[in-house]
Amino acid sequence: MPKSRSRSDFLFRIGTGTFGVLLVVLVCAIGVVLARQSVLSVQKFGMNFWRTEIWDPVAGEFGALPFIWGTLYSSVLALLIATPIALGIAVFISELCPAVLRQPLVFITELLAAIPSIVYGLWGIFVLVPAVRAVETSLPDAMRQLPLFSGPPLGLGMLSAALILAIMVIPFISSISREVLKSVPAAQREGAYALGATRFEAIRAALFYARTGIVGAVMLGFGRALGETMAVTMVIGNNPKVSVSLFAPQYTMAAVIANEFAEAADDLYLSALVEIGLVLFIITLIINSLSRLLIWSMARSATAAQEPGVAAEGAA
Amino acid sequence: MTTTGRRKLLSSIVVGFCAGAVVLALVPLAFVLFFVVSQGIRSVNVSFFTHMPTPVGETGGGMANSIAGTLILSGLAALMAVPVGVISGVYMSEYAGTRFAALVRFAADTLNGVPSIVIGLFAYVVAVLPFRQFSALAGGFALGLMMIPIIARTTEELLLLVPGTMREGALALGATRARAVFSVLLPAALPGIVTGVVLALARIAGETAPLLFTAFNNRFFSTRLNQPISSLTVQVYTYATGPYEDWHRQAWAGALVLVLIVLVCSLLARLATRRLERMHARG
Repeated sequence: MPKSRSRSDFLFRIGTGTFGVLLVVLVCAIGVVLARQSVLSVQKFGMNFWRTEIWDPVAGEFGALPFIWGTLYSSVLALLIATPIALGIAVFISELCPAVLRQPLVFITELLAAIPSIVYGLWGIFVLVPAVRAVETSLPDAMRQLPLFSGPPLGLGMLSAALILAIMVIPFISSISREVLKSVPAAQREGAYALGATRFEAIRAALFYARTGIVGAVMLGFGRALGETMAVTMVIGNNPKVSVSLFAPQYTMAAVIANEFAEAADDLYLSALVEIGLVLFIITLIINSLSRLLIWSMARSATAAQEPGVAAEGAA
Repeated sequence: MTTTGRRKLLSSIVVGFCAGAVVLALVPLAFVLFFVVSQGIRSVNVSFFTHMPTPVGETGGGMANSIAGTLILSGLAALMAVPVGVISGVYMSEYAGTRFAALVRFAADTLNGVPSIVIGLFAYVVAVLPFRQFSALAGGFALGLMMIPIIARTTEELLLLVPGTMREGALALGATRARAVFSVLLPAALPGIVTGVVLALARIAGETAPLLFTAFNNRFFSTRLNQPISSLTVQVYTYATGPYEDWHRQAWAGALVLVLIVLVCSLLARLATRRLERMHARG
């Protein structure tokens, strides 16, 4: 009965496809719904919303610059700390470590990613922040004159937030970098060793070959750091002030929503917070899409290189 | 020093750095686990699981309402996410080459990357605002949204791992595509999918941000889906940021329970995957 069979296949395709459509609709709906809820704030403040520093809900003044600044600053600092460590881990697991250690190490780094944000936050408040405060107070006075270390050493602030974010994104960056390194053709390393390269030189060759994918992995970590909420909220100090000081308590976009949304009484206040959420959504969307594009193009060029016929076709 | 000597030295330094990086990442993990266990163990006892929170000033009490809340919220999320996730995963793997499947995959990855606090905002506008009421349903909806992409991608990957000969065999016997998927491919991938669902549950049980203004919190024991409900994570947040010594102890105990949930689920998943791999290797 070929006819009924093709009809059944058609229904199957439509039926499962509907759920696929649902996923696409959901993503669009998030953007549309948030955009509609932030109309009030967009109309009232326009672009000034992102240029002004004053956040005073009581007076009805909303400037989101401190949150954008805090989010970007903390995420960039976190990446500066996390990237070398994460790459070191990825190289160690994929290139250097004995086979027996590989699975346990992968499991442990995955565990680091699985610990809930709130647990990191709790640990941050009671263990990390006091430790950071101790380090801050023991800093010599000469250094305390620098803008980077100005202000009272509270512990709660940018430095603690960056450290905790770094701990949280390391497993993301390292696991994707590891996969990217895995897709580097063995010929790359063998070639390097055959030319008399040391281990480091062979690793460098592999890293260079995988550079696009690794940039993608770091960007994916950036996307995670931008949106991380609870742990940061609990240690950054929640103070809407733009500052370059690592000691200064600051604020992030995610943190202000988490802290103030449930208490925001009037419509304009709510709308301003939703607008911050909308922009956070758009930024992470762009960063994640770009990083996936990079990782994907890396994977594609790697498979093309492994099949000489395809590569030759591509070149011709 | 000769050039070779210098190159070898540099190489050893880099190898040393990589090994050092692994140790450096283990330090915070060890620290977090050490503190959670040593602080938490003091307050985890039977009454932690069976008793309600006591009023401020009275010691003792537990988080029975929060534990029940977390179970209910996770259950609601799974109820929503498992069917949607599995079926869209089936679509992605069955029509893997098509443009639309690529779009669905992109949507799933995008949804997975949306910050949890933004998911909370969306769920607030869609499921709280119209009813003027924080509710367990809204919280379950928010968590379900986070769970869908994980399950969809797991299902897709596992279905693609099922040997092509099984599908071809089913089709050759005259099965329709639906029949081949539901009676042959999905059962073959089922253990893996269940593992994926368990891991996804462990992840969303640890989420706080999407619940802050959807499920909110509740001081009382509640199983009503249209009412605010407590959860372990939000309760730990409240206790951790509160001023009382006794609250802090409860927060550590809650954190210990959360970490145990994650740990047990990850270990179970790990064992299950191992067994699957061995089965595949044999078969």
